[in-house]
Amino acid sequence: MGEMEQMKKEAEALKTQIEAARKAAHDTDMASAASGVAPAPRVQLKTRRTLKGHLAKIYAMHWCTDNRLMVSASQDGKLLIWDSHTGNKVNAVPLKSSWVMTCAYAPSGNLVASGGLDNMCTVYNLKTPVIKTVKELDAHTGYLSCARFLSDTEILTSSGDTTCVLWDLETGKQKTVFLNHVGDCMCLSLSPDMNSFVSGACDSLAKLWDIRDGQCKQTFQGHTSDINAISFYPSGNAIITGSDDCTCKMYDIRADQEVISYQDAALNSGVTSLDLSASGRLIFAGYDDFNCNIWDSLKGEKVGVLSGHDNRVSCTGVPGDGMCVCTGSWDSFLKIWN
Amino acid sequence: MSGSSNIVAMKKIVQQLRFEANINRVKVSQAAAELQQFCIQNALQDPMLTGVSSSTNPFRTQKVCSFL
Repeated sequence: MGEMEQMKKEAEALKTQIEAARKAAHDTDMASAASGVAPAPRVQLKTRRTLKGHLAKIYAMHWCTDNRLMVSASQDGKLLIWDSHTGNKVNAVPLKSSWVMTCAYAPSGNLVASGGLDNMCTVYNLKTPVIKTVKELDAHTGYLSCARFLSDTEILTSSGDTTCVLWDLETGKQKTVFLNHVGDCMCLSLSPDMNSFVSGACDSLAKLWDIRDGQCKQTFQGHTSDINAISFYPSGNAIITGSDDCTCKMYDIRADQEVISYQDAALNSGVTSLDLSASGRLIFAGYDDFNCNIWDSLKGEKVGVLSGHDNRVSCTGVPGDGMCVCTGSWDSFLKIWN
Repeated sequence: MSGSSNIVAMKKIVQQLRFEANINRVKVSQAAAELQQFCIQNALQDPMLTGVSSSTNPFRTQKVCSFL
């Protein structure tokens, strides 16, 4: 038997072994295990702010760690920094390329980043007298789908070139390249302890990575289309994904498998974005059908809906203190709900 | 397309599968119980579950002041 044939055989055997191990651990699923848990309250949130200022579709938003400022990105070619309490715009950052797909706020509040079809991640300093571009991270060979700062000196990016990269912001160079997806990487989420992150891709897989050594530690299957959104559960032991297959799923990291699927026969729009409430009990998921649905993460039931946008909800974010949820839309508005 | 680069790619796939096959898996019942416990323990600190009173809500609807 040729070497190639032998390896193909071993690959198949390993896949079977993994499936059997997962099945052996699958003594129940999350919804059954949660049958004794009191249902989450019916969640009825009101729009508290409608932030008007962008002139085109909003593609991304991210909260600052002060739970008050946030950055949004629109294909009108601007990043806007908002004071969510007053609803005022604090800063506007003009972008070299208007084809922006992601934005991020550094935990320090000093920096923001953006990127998109220019294949680059551009980092800006908000604290200099005039906002300055401090770095243009230029090595991806595909669009930038997501960026997240670890600190003022490191940032993680995911790209349409199927890789994720950890960058050193002092040198502007790649520190680690995360290679394993076979489809465009669409989203990423840092673990609460910052030692690992998860990525979702158009190969319908989610992967868990060790940030320092670049190793792909686990691969989560189950979705049947692109994964557009991903988030760690606040406990760090599970992840939630949202996909073009119209479902969200929870994967438990230690059980290494899908434990619940959030879906409804009446829902046939893709999931674009998601975030979790402070305890993880509620999932806020934005859909192509202009709504944001609220799911009970333990029981798998829909417990509320945020309706108010006139176009696709493209981004969703809960600040660190869990006091509200922000939705951004192709209708050019951001709404804050609680 | 050279045969040897296919073999290199295949070797990486097999290596990755070997790594993923070797991890320890916890039973879903145990993982679920711990996740539930986390949620319940943190429920009182979750404003989206407890609700936000208007006196402490930084996003409460701004009232308009009018001169009488």
